[in-house]
Amino acid sequence: MEFFGPVLDGFNVVLDPTNLLYCLLGVVVGMLIGVLPGLGPAATIAILLPMTYGVEPVTAIIMLAGIFYGAQYGGTITSVLLRLPGEASSVVTVFDGYVMAKQGRAGAALGIAAIGSFFGATVSIIGLTFLAPLVASFALDFGPPEYTALAMLGILLVATISGGTKIKAIIAAAAGLFLATIGRDGFTGAERFTFGNLSLADGIDFVPIAMGLFGLGEILYNLEERHRAATAPVKVSNVWPKGKDIKEASGAIGRGSVLGFFLGILPGGGATIASLASYAMEKKTAKDPSRFGRGAIEGVAGPESANNAAATSSFIPLLTLGIPANATMAIIFGALLIQGITPGPQLINDDPQLFWGVVNSMYIGNILLLIMSIPLIGVFVKILRVRAAILAPITALITMLGAYTIRNSMFDVLLVVLFGAIGYLMKKFGFEPGPLVLAFVLGSLLESNLRRSLLVLEGDPTGFFTRPISATLLVLFVFVAIWPVIKSAIDKRKTSSTTSAVVADKEKENA
Amino acid sequence: MDAKHSRQDSKEQATSAQPAEQVQEAEALTPDELAAQWEAEAAEPAGPIANLLSSLVVLGLSIAGMVLSVGLGLGTPAAPAAGMWPFVISLIAAVMAVAQIIIGRAGGRDGEKFSAMSWYAAIGFATLILMVVLMPVIGFEIPSLLLCFVWMRWLGGERWRSATIYSILIVAAFYAIFIAALGTTIPRLF
Repeated sequence: MEFFGPVLDGFNVVLDPTNLLYCLLGVVVGMLIGVLPGLGPAATIAILLPMTYGVEPVTAIIMLAGIFYGAQYGGTITSVLLRLPGEASSVVTVFDGYVMAKQGRAGAALGIAAIGSFFGATVSIIGLTFLAPLVASFALDFGPPEYTALAMLGILLVATISGGTKIKAIIAAAAGLFLATIGRDGFTGAERFTFGNLSLADGIDFVPIAMGLFGLGEILYNLEERHRAATAPVKVSNVWPKGKDIKEASGAIGRGSVLGFFLGILPGGGATIASLASYAMEKKTAKDPSRFGRGAIEGVAGPESANNAAATSSFIPLLTLGIPANATMAIIFGALLIQGITPGPQLINDDPQLFWGVVNSMYIGNILLLIMSIPLIGVFVKILRVRAAILAPITALITMLGAYTIRNSMFDVLLVVLFGAIGYLMKKFGFEPGPLVLAFVLGSLLESNLRRSLLVLEGDPTGFFTRPISATLLVLFVFVAIWPVIKSAIDKRKTSSTTSAVVADKEKENA
Repeated sequence: MDAKHSRQDSKEQATSAQPAEQVQEAEALTPDELAAQWEAEAAEPAGPIANLLSSLVVLGLSIAGMVLSVGLGLGTPAAPAAGMWPFVISLIAAVMAVAQIIIGRAGGRDGEKFSAMSWYAAIGFATLILMVVLMPVIGFEIPSLLLCFVWMRWLGGERWRSATIYSILIVAAFYAIFIAALGTTIPRLF
């Protein structure tokens, strides 16, 4: 009972009518923006960040949870109806989801995706409820050296697991860390890289960076990209999944949820790996694997449950260690910091009401998503029929005017536009914006902990290895850092042994 | 430009008007075929010159970062000064840039080549900057209207009439939401 007291109190917070209303608003707006082609969850949350300003912290977070789930589901809708995955974790949904839509079963696919997402997230939240306090109590003993090692490992994992060139991802992370140093130095009071500009004295705010890189950067990119592949959405006739569909999919939902929960805890790309793993698992366990890719409902239900379960369990490292596991979590982390909440091991004890409010808001966000998604599918199809040419300036204006309302500052708007251009160019040159934003968010935490550790250790870096936890984390860090080198060496040895393998490798390279 | 878009539209309508079964036959739908199709549709990778240029930009910026950091003072590991941490980061970025110049000299498969369509993004960026410049002077209404119109008419290939009507409707809606309903202090003309 001692344990469940605060958990139940959290429900009282969430069930407050105002909070429910904001959560509903978050889900609907999150879905509306998330359904726009090309805007994934990270972009959607970034664009909608200004909405959470000027609202009470708990309410703001509940709204964020709503936006998060709404945006996540928005990507599923475009996968099924347009064959355009909103983000990497809903790519596999396209395989069977779009075929189902072509067969006139779009409603069943979307409905089962909503139900699966709901189940996956619920399993994850229950897991989170029990696991989070454990992890937090373990992390309570962490000192500056442990945090330094943990933050470094977190940044490196996100940089190396994300697709694309690893070196470029590390460069992006370094850029994020550097941007975080702009402004007054917390230790010496010296002004760094402000060039006498007063607007920079307090440092660059997180929101313009996120809104620019993820929001406007994507919008500019889509201006160019959308002329390449434009498809009309498939017609949706029957909206509800049939009893037979649910029966067929139930096993996949259960397996996907559990799989997703465990894969989501790992830092970096949890949801993507989870959805891929779940698809592979369903195909393997199916009696007739040939149905996959031809409209098998398990191929939608499993991955959708898994990616939502993973998306939810990736809150665990964020809320208990204060380390975001992926780009979307980095934005949520930034949003929490703006509300004056520093996620970390102390949060659960210092402010249990808030902590459990956040956790329980996820239940509510999910239930609202389930209730709203099915009746609103008709609305989404209508939105998808609106030409991209008309939607693009709307999203651009929402971002521009939204950025202004944060602090009534034109400088912020200018920053958003400039970071939008940087985000666009990064995409063109193969640099991922995710590691930059994540490193930026963790930058000041990493620097201050590193400097504190150096003070404690009297400037001796080997001191990190005398403490068991920081030593373990740093060994892991080194391993992750050199793993690509080892792997390519192993691959080389393998391929040089047989000529056929070399040919295969060449083919892969040329593809 | 305009004619091309309208042709594209009519072609699209023609395909969507076809019976569902026929469309299904025409499209590659198994996961492997779909992946291959995406691969074919995807833009060309940025290539070796882009790799070299972007790495050189990173190298230049990180050297500038190191110089500025030294100017702030490095201190010692036991008592680091303000410049130490930015110096270390810039150094890492510089080393990575050099590594990328060497490893990525063949070009790699990341990034995207600029195309004729890239001008659209550049024009989009120009209109956004124009909006930032004009908004404090003449309020948000006229710049927003211009932005909507340019994005729809020239970047989106809408017709004159629909671009005009939709632009006015959108700005009116934004006025209603941001000014009338939410009462924000966005600079405005009316």
